[in-house]
Amino acid sequence: MLDLISVATKAIFIENILLSFFLGMCSFLACSKKIDTAVGLGLAVIFVLGVTTPINWVINEFLLKDGALAWAGFPYVNLSFLQFISFIAVIAAVVQLVEMIMDKFAPALYQALGIFLPLIAVNCAILGASLFMVGVKKYDFAESTVFGLSSGIGWFLAIVAMAAIRQKMQYSNVPMGLRGLGITMLITGLMALGFMSFIGINI
Amino acid sequence: MKFLRNLLDKYDPLFHKGGKLEKLYPLWEAQDTFLYTPSTTTSRGPHVRDGLDSKRLMILVVIALVPCILFGAYNAGLQAALAKGEPTSDMFGLFLSGMITILPIILCSYVVGGIWEVVFAVVRKHEINEGFLVTGILFPLVLPPTIPLWQVAVGVSFGVVIGKEVFGGTGMNILNPALTARAFLYFSFPAQISGDKVWVAADGFSGATALANAAATPNGTSAVDHLLHSTQTLAFPSDFMNMFYGFMPGSIGETSALACLIGAFILIITGVGSWRVMVAVLAGAWLTAFGLNQFHGPNVPGFFSLPAHYHLVMGGLMFGAVFMATDPVSAARTNTGKWIYGFLIGVLTILIRLVNPAYPEGVMLAILFMNVFAPLIDHYVVQANVRRRMRRVQA
Repeated sequence: MLDLISVATKAIFIENILLSFFLGMCSFLACSKKIDTAVGLGLAVIFVLGVTTPINWVINEFLLKDGALAWAGFPYVNLSFLQFISFIAVIAAVVQLVEMIMDKFAPALYQALGIFLPLIAVNCAILGASLFMVGVKKYDFAESTVFGLSSGIGWFLAIVAMAAIRQKMQYSNVPMGLRGLGITMLITGLMALGFMSFIGINI
Repeated sequence: MKFLRNLLDKYDPLFHKGGKLEKLYPLWEAQDTFLYTPSTTTSRGPHVRDGLDSKRLMILVVIALVPCILFGAYNAGLQAALAKGEPTSDMFGLFLSGMITILPIILCSYVVGGIWEVVFAVVRKHEINEGFLVTGILFPLVLPPTIPLWQVAVGVSFGVVIGKEVFGGTGMNILNPALTARAFLYFSFPAQISGDKVWVAADGFSGATALANAAATPNGTSAVDHLLHSTQTLAFPSDFMNMFYGFMPGSIGETSALACLIGAFILIITGVGSWRVMVAVLAGAWLTAFGLNQFHGPNVPGFFSLPAHYHLVMGGLMFGAVFMATDPVSAARTNTGKWIYGFLIGVLTILIRLVNPAYPEGVMLAILFMNVFAPLIDHYVVQANVRRRMRRVQA
């Protein structure tokens, strides 16, 4: 249990997928103008991350990694070169699912997110979490599920905070050349400065 | 007085549109409104009849900082004299030698930051605001007395330009510019701003801050004993009262909790600083430290045993709570929001101090972190209020 809590804190605060790895920037920059949209997209990302990471773990563990097919009688088969394509296929399928659910139950949000909802499929944060899980972290199933969910929560926190800042900044007199993406990039950097307070915590 | 006003009026047209010195208008306007209340009135509502505008408001903060500056100068001299083994009876002499140490830092911060402020004001045609006077003094006060001047210049440039001016100037930034500048220096040049060698203005003298000292307490032993034991040979051992008065190595303005409290008193009676934020920060810090005290045991770092009230007088917590967290621009603006914002700063400060071995001090990063979330807190406080009032209307 303590172990899972530590995975979660790490993924949300210490190694925030957006503010320390800068993954998932495109939709972060594009959909952070309003808090409500940001909350919607953030929840969608939490859901997709929370579902795809464990599914990908299962696929990797029982089909792809070196010797994974031992249960089917092929102990020497190594399919790990299929990692990228199968992870992406899973992610794309789950995003389709989210899209359908949202179209049915939250059509306003579906309209507001527009192209960025299907684009979650190519959001680097999602693929990144799956790859970190099998590559760097070597988590087991429960840890992977928690890791996926908390990476999503970390992303959610970052985008919602950014949206609140941008709403507050509507009245700011930003220099011409920096309006829009320029200042948003700068704010992202400053936010990352705030998140650096957790770097160095060992849990 | 009349003469001065007439003189100012005489040259006034020079700086207005079409005048010879039109480009320097922000500078002219700054000194004019510094000396006299501006004569302009707002043309549209809402109209507030008050002598206090954002310029006068900021200068009150500088006044509240005076005790910290004076004590900071004295303490810088005192610590250097103690380190060199010189006599410490001549208070005025110590004060002077401290002033010689810290005055260049303050001047450097004001001059370099001021130049940026003027450049932006002239190019972007906005007013020069006394808000800069606050940033320019807060920043040196959270630096160690041995900081190289070029770093002060780099830091204040970053703070004023990236922390404030790119957002459009005073009142529009999201992070506290002084803290942005300090965090920038902290992560860029850790050797000159952290560690044991930087806190005392005497060459090669190693004097740890009380916090770093307490953080080094061995597992399972009492931090208070460790503090006293490791400093008992010094003229001012780190007991509670000495730390409360501020006789310990540390950043220039932050060591004395007493001077900060005097500043807090000025800020609160003038209504400039929010007492809600101050109380919330201290309460959050005290409760968290008290909670973590309970975890103290043989295998836990001894730092956990430091009593909660010690945390309040050590390091920059008091200074941060009174002068940094209450910055009206970057703090939460709703009253409920202020409580949440301040409380979380206190909690985070202690968590960073105790749980994060990388940094013995946490208040700067905790405030920056909450600055990021302050607009979000405000948004939800406002939304909750909207919902409550909607229900009242519908009922």
